[in-house]
Amino acid sequence: MTNEGGNRIERHPILGDASPRKEITLYFEGRAIFAREGEPIMAALVAAGVSVFRYTKKGAPRRMFCGIGRCTDCVMIVDGIPGVRTCVTTAADGMKVERQAGAGRWIVEEENSNG
Amino acid sequence: MSSNDYLKTMGAPSFDELERAGMLPSLADLAGRGCVCVECVEEIPCNPCETSCPQGALVVGYPITNLPVVDRSKCTLCGLCIAACPGLAITIKSVEAGNAKIRFPWEYLPLPAAGDEVEMVDRLGEAVCAGKILSVNSAAKNNRTAVVTAAFPAAFVQQVASIRRKRHGTV
Amino acid sequence: MAKAGPAGLCAAIELKKAGAPVILMDENGAPGGQLFKQIHKFFGSREHKAGIRGFDIGKELLAESIALGIDVRLDTEVVGIERGLKLWAVEKKARSYTEEAAAIVLATGATENALSFPGWTLPGVMTAGCAQTLINVHRVLPGKRVLMIGSGNVGVIVSYQLMQAGAEVVAVLEALPRLGGYGVHTAKVRRAGVPLRCSTTILRAEGKESVERAVIARLDERFQPIPGSEETLEVDTICLAVGLTPAIELSCIAGCSQIYVPELGGNMPIHDEFMRSSVDSVYVVGDLAGIEEASTAMEEGRLAGIHAAHAMGYLDEASMSAKAEETRRRLSALRQGAFGQKRFDAKRRILEKKAAV
Repeated sequence: MTNEGGNRIERHPILGDASPRKEITLYFEGRAIFAREGEPIMAALVAAGVSVFRYTKKGAPRRMFCGIGRCTDCVMIVDGIPGVRTCVTTAADGMKVERQAGAGRWIVEEENSNG
Repeated sequence: MSSNDYLKTMGAPSFDELERAGMLPSLADLAGRGCVCVECVEEIPCNPCETSCPQGALVVGYPITNLPVVDRSKCTLCGLCIAACPGLAITIKSVEAGNAKIRFPWEYLPLPAAGDEVEMVDRLGEAVCAGKILSVNSAAKNNRTAVVTAAFPAAFVQQVASIRRKRHGTV
Repeated sequence: MAKAGPAGLCAAIELKKAGAPVILMDENGAPGGQLFKQIHKFFGSREHKAGIRGFDIGKELLAESIALGIDVRLDTEVVGIERGLKLWAVEKKARSYTEEAAAIVLATGATENALSFPGWTLPGVMTAGCAQTLINVHRVLPGKRVLMIGSGNVGVIVSYQLMQAGAEVVAVLEALPRLGGYGVHTAKVRRAGVPLRCSTTILRAEGKESVERAVIARLDERFQPIPGSEETLEVDTICLAVGLTPAIELSCIAGCSQIYVPELGGNMPIHDEFMRSSVDSVYVVGDLAGIEEASTAMEEGRLAGIHAAHAMGYLDEASMSAKAEETRRRLSALRQGAFGQKRFDAKRRILEKKAAV
């Protein structure tokens, strides 16, 4: 089973062994990483060992803080939309996930206006 | 209720605090078949030990914040209370012919196996002596709390609380 | 009904059992609130489901709500409540609609507190609940070496669960001179070799792009760091377990009067013994009505459900009183002893305030 970052908990004394789940692919900054169907983007990034989810306007790194959708620390650009809370957004096959700087930018719009 | 200063600064009860709560068995209690050791010295709302006991040997009563009291004449040492206690605060200890045994709850990986050589630890997690696993009970009724039995030298029977947790390493 | 955690689910179940039509709305993709990250056996007695693990209780409640045919609307945020009990909901961030209700039960839960120190925004610093969600729900480890700040039950329980998940807990720090959590929880963590350190706090987190170490120090009796007592711990994760605050936003929008009760987490809507807020037919239950435990939240949810069912004519006075009495007895059993007394007294102050309004 894929466990690139070594951070997947495959065996657990109380929860038992992880049940096999369909693997899907996310693209983090263009790099393919695996996610398990049904998990939030945050979980897939943590499993892949991603330690910075975004940078603030002043360039300070951020990851996740509350993990349940309250604090907005973990927001990223998901499929071109900035400010998406990755802790409560379910990963989908082929999803493009990018770090945002500050409030981020709408990638789709820029591509359209440039192209 | 006593102030339990040691428990509230170190995290685990001292012999004195256990003694004051009537929860430190004497060497005579531990000799032979041994006895159940309940280390629950604070008034918390909880009584699964009482309801798990088929003999009515463990009594909390009402209110459910009472400290549990063991009636050793009724206790058959079946050990059902060990896994039933949500606080993992119950063990069974005994001493026979220079050897001590402890039956204790265990919820970590790796699960020890019979025959394993282990380090016995005290209530503060410090190693006190070597020990050997005798058996591991993972019955479904224990609801994923394993009940492990280990043997070790009798001299350490009052100190020993559990075994050293091995790093479960890369998961 | 807003939010399908333990309190909301129990309220919905009581209402539906009495025959009332119920809609349960939750912004999350799955119901159960924070129950599914509680993998330890609960305290209390058999009638409080003691000895059963939190996530198993969650599964039971879900099965019961499905069997009863409760209308559960997930991915549905309640964003407003207007006068006349008109509720404004947004479904899947795409469709907005309103729903009129005869009664509303708010069970919005709580938010974990933050703690500010230099470096607290670094990746690797997170709430204890965040780490708990990651390891027990999503089954990923946020780090390998963890420092826990706060020794209340959340801090020590999550420390234990981090070890169960395969992480090392380097220490649990407590700023107060005494540990906060139940002795049986601290004892469990201590005998696993984790130092629990009172009168100690974190001064700063250090690291380039994420936490690489924590600098800690002892505190004097005025909570000032003692010079020369600094120590550096090599950790990659710092968890904050420094209390919770009721999530009162919706109750404020609904116009519920609030009261400040520090023992129960700060501001919260005042309520009576049936969990009625100051606004007619709006009930407040669970952590929203004061931070306690999942077990008390479930009983409060039941109380509100029972009373609302009666108020809408689905339960006669006698059965309502009998059921409420029974629920209150279970609730007060959970609020005894040294730990419970403080909460019991605080709850009584809220009731008195409500009576005075």
